[in-house]
Amino acid sequence: MNTLEWFTQILAVLAALAAAPLFLGWVNQCRAWAQNRTAPSVLQVYRGLDKLFHKNTVVANGASPLFGAAPYVVFGTMAVAAAIIPSLGTRLPFAATADAIALVGLFATSRMFLSLAAMDIGTPFGTLGARREMMVGFLAEPALLMVIFVASLLSATTALPLISERLMTQALSLSPSLAFTAVAFTMVLLAENARLPIDNPATHLELTMIHEAMLLEYSGRHLALMEWAAALKLFNYACIGFALFLPWGTASVAAGPLALIAAVPVLAAKLLVAGVALAAIETVSAKLRVFRAPEFLATAFLFAVLGLLVHILLGG
Amino acid sequence: MPAILGSPLSTIGMLLCGWLAIGLGGALWPSRAGGTRMLFPLGALLGLAIAATALHALAAMQAGAPAWRLELALGLPNRPTHLALDALSSVYLVVLGGVAAGVSLYGAGYFRAPQGSPPGLVCCQYHLFLASMGFVLLAADTYAFLVCWELMALSSYFLVVTDQRVEAIRQAGFLYLLMAHVGALAILLAFGVLGAAAGGATFEALRNAQPSALAAGAAFVLGLIGFGGKAGLVPLHVWLPEAHPAAPTPVSALMSGVMLKMAVYGMLRLSFDLISNLAWWWGLIPVAVGLFSALYGIVFAAAQTDMKRLLAYSSIENLGILFAALGLALVFHGSGLPLAAALALLAVLYHSVNHAFMKSLLFLGTGSVLHATGQRNLGRLGGLIHRMPWVAWLSLVGALAIAGLPPLNGFVSEWLLLQAFLFAHEVPHTFVNMALPVGAGLLALVAALSGYVMVKFFGVVFLGRSREAGHAEAHDADPVERAGLAWLAAACVCLGLLPAQVVGLLQRVAEQLRVGGLPRNGAPWWLLAPVSAAQASYAPLVFLGAFAVFVLLTIVAVRLAHRRRPIRVEPWDCGFGPLDARMQDTAEGFGQPIRQLFEPFFAMQRQLPSAFDPQPTYRVTIGDRFWNLLYLPLGTLTQRAAAIVSGLQGTRLSGHLLYGFVTLILLLGLVL
Repeated sequence: MNTLEWFTQILAVLAALAAAPLFLGWVNQCRAWAQNRTAPSVLQVYRGLDKLFHKNTVVANGASPLFGAAPYVVFGTMAVAAAIIPSLGTRLPFAATADAIALVGLFATSRMFLSLAAMDIGTPFGTLGARREMMVGFLAEPALLMVIFVASLLSATTALPLISERLMTQALSLSPSLAFTAVAFTMVLLAENARLPIDNPATHLELTMIHEAMLLEYSGRHLALMEWAAALKLFNYACIGFALFLPWGTASVAAGPLALIAAVPVLAAKLLVAGVALAAIETVSAKLRVFRAPEFLATAFLFAVLGLLVHILLGG
Repeated sequence: MPAILGSPLSTIGMLLCGWLAIGLGGALWPSRAGGTRMLFPLGALLGLAIAATALHALAAMQAGAPAWRLELALGLPNRPTHLALDALSSVYLVVLGGVAAGVSLYGAGYFRAPQGSPPGLVCCQYHLFLASMGFVLLAADTYAFLVCWELMALSSYFLVVTDQRVEAIRQAGFLYLLMAHVGALAILLAFGVLGAAAGGATFEALRNAQPSALAAGAAFVLGLIGFGGKAGLVPLHVWLPEAHPAAPTPVSALMSGVMLKMAVYGMLRLSFDLISNLAWWWGLIPVAVGLFSALYGIVFAAAQTDMKRLLAYSSIENLGILFAALGLALVFHGSGLPLAAALALLAVLYHSVNHAFMKSLLFLGTGSVLHATGQRNLGRLGGLIHRMPWVAWLSLVGALAIAGLPPLNGFVSEWLLLQAFLFAHEVPHTFVNMALPVGAGLLALVAALSGYVMVKFFGVVFLGRSREAGHAEAHDADPVERAGLAWLAAACVCLGLLPAQVVGLLQRVAEQLRVGGLPRNGAPWWLLAPVSAAQASYAPLVFLGAFAVFVLLTIVAVRLAHRRRPIRVEPWDCGFGPLDARMQDTAEGFGQPIRQLFEPFFAMQRQLPSAFDPQPTYRVTIGDRFWNLLYLPLGTLTQRAAAIVSGLQGTRLSGHLLYGFVTLILLLGLVL
């Protein structure tokens, strides 16, 4: 089984790298449909990345080596994160090296490098974006950690594949505590991935942007890596959501290669549904002012805490 | 008595005396700057030797084996001084020696130009400070402990007021001295309460005594006031952000990095070793106070504009986390959850070691910036990564570590503490088992906020453009200083990458204090799995390796596909004309979201310009609410009481003779 496990591991990373832009493209397409616009092709994100990889890279004067290193660090952390998340199979040999708490730490690392790189040139937008990103980050991180806490308490482990495996064996019903945390997790996902209502991925209006403001000085291959990393992050978050709240269908313990093959269409189906849901949420919500973001994320935190209390009160 | 020279205890004692000798050497030639440059590296070597000996002793320590003891016929008549070395003191001696090695090396470069006190005198006070901390860790009776504790407070006081020409520094020093003595008094009383129950002053006697529940609780609370005051727990924190920036940088590094850990050591010694029967719920007090201090400290750190004050507030945060973890360990210990208690205790020890190294590193980094630019105000710095790359990159290691990011060391202790919090629902008391896990959420908030603060600190100081002309000639740290910084940064990296080894060593403390041990689960050397591999595991070395391989592959692939080198241009200015450095965010600007979100924490005064002001000024001052709520009323009260008492003093000589006579009669009445 060991070769199969390693195969699952490599497949998980490659699938994430390959499918992340596709998922983003699907979300964009659904959004366009829902908003009665002509939708771009699902493959538009790949075309964008391809174009960027072929363009010249322009770096501002006064950039330090940190500026050039950040895209690689951010991209690398997202890829390593994809290796820990049980998207196709739950037997991931590499997952023992970092549990769910370390995963939160990995996301924080990438966020910190992104923000530092944004401050590197010293443009007003860069620092503004960095400040806002860190603000959203410090509010979202506790909520995410509480979500993981609840899942860990339910499954007596913090290893994400094992959490998923143990939740899978439960009956096909959400426990009440998981229902609360699912709401919290969705809110965190929106905030962390620069989606509405916290940030608008489609705008370059100066006063409202967060994520885009940090990337303003990037171009060419640096920008391509950053965009790809952002798509990977969305994909990773979606897969964490599946692992916690919709674990059924991933290849688990003693399943053979067939289960792994079966897991691919299951994941695709989940992503399709998630894309529609994400587009629906984004279509019906308006962008919040930056200073309403804390309220939004405090609500997420409260939902996660409610989930925790419900778990302790009801004993599961 | 075992062979005196052979035991690690006597070796460490000798090495500490070596520090005293160096201090004496400095005092003999107070004005020779050249001499002290030789003495500091020598002190660094001694520090290294102490750390190595203590580490060796820790590795050789067996569970259940008695500690090394020594009785010296020194001190008061019929009261020999007791020294002892056990696992707990070894851990903190490693911290002391290891950090002192880096800081002393750096100090050799830093103390070249005299500021205030003559360099020889500073050298003397500095080494006295180091040695007194060492003896605090070795002391095994209350008398020796308090003498060394007091010596530590006094020597650091003189170091704080090194530049005594400045009024603000003298005031900061006075505040520090005052708070240190209030704390020392509380510790004295705590030992007194315990000693009365034990009928002796040695730690051995206290350990074997069975104080009443009331006495145990009273000693614990007094100890918490005393040690918590030293650690800067809210509301006893006010001295810390004043004293740390006032001191010369290496001293700030030692105070923040090591001296605050002495308070943690003292609290651990008191609550896990000396008070034998402490009820579990006393632990809730440090949990609550610690978490509040952590949040308070980090929120204030985010609002600071002075880099040393920012770091000082971040120390309050970290000490808050340490005390919260300590309280958690007490709660688990008292509730019969040995595994969880051991985890929480390990988190305390690990975080003590981590914070000592990373905070000293960051303080020394600010010292180099201060030397190069003469500027402590964040709002006037910027872009220093180009002028001082060594300091910048090594500080980045410290900043990432203190923000609790994997794979550096700050993350490991945070991870251990969160793992411990996962057991909190098993505490067999309703409400407590619900409230404690929410504490984990608070801890996560504090950790995430410290990331915010570190982006602010590093981003504003080292990145962007220089906000003030005249930093163009800022120079990097000299080679000796670099070596000191690099040593501390290397320690941060190693502590982060080899957590299983560190935990294996620290575990001996938990075993020796009979708190509990971690199960032997046969995890390989590179995997940290404190409970079992199925429950939680972490292997930074492997994942850093995988990350590095992946990033290398990416770089190769990207370079293969696209060979052209980046083009350098001016940054995009949105078509408005040239950007200038003043368009960047200032430190105030970066702290603004925090000021707005946590407004109730601050006593804030804002001066906003009117819209038509031709020369608009904006000023915001941030004060500590505890000054108005606690300290100023207390100060007024003290002065009123003093005024009443001073009325008694004004009489003639005959009046004073009368006082003496009355007192004598009263005392005689008491005795007979």
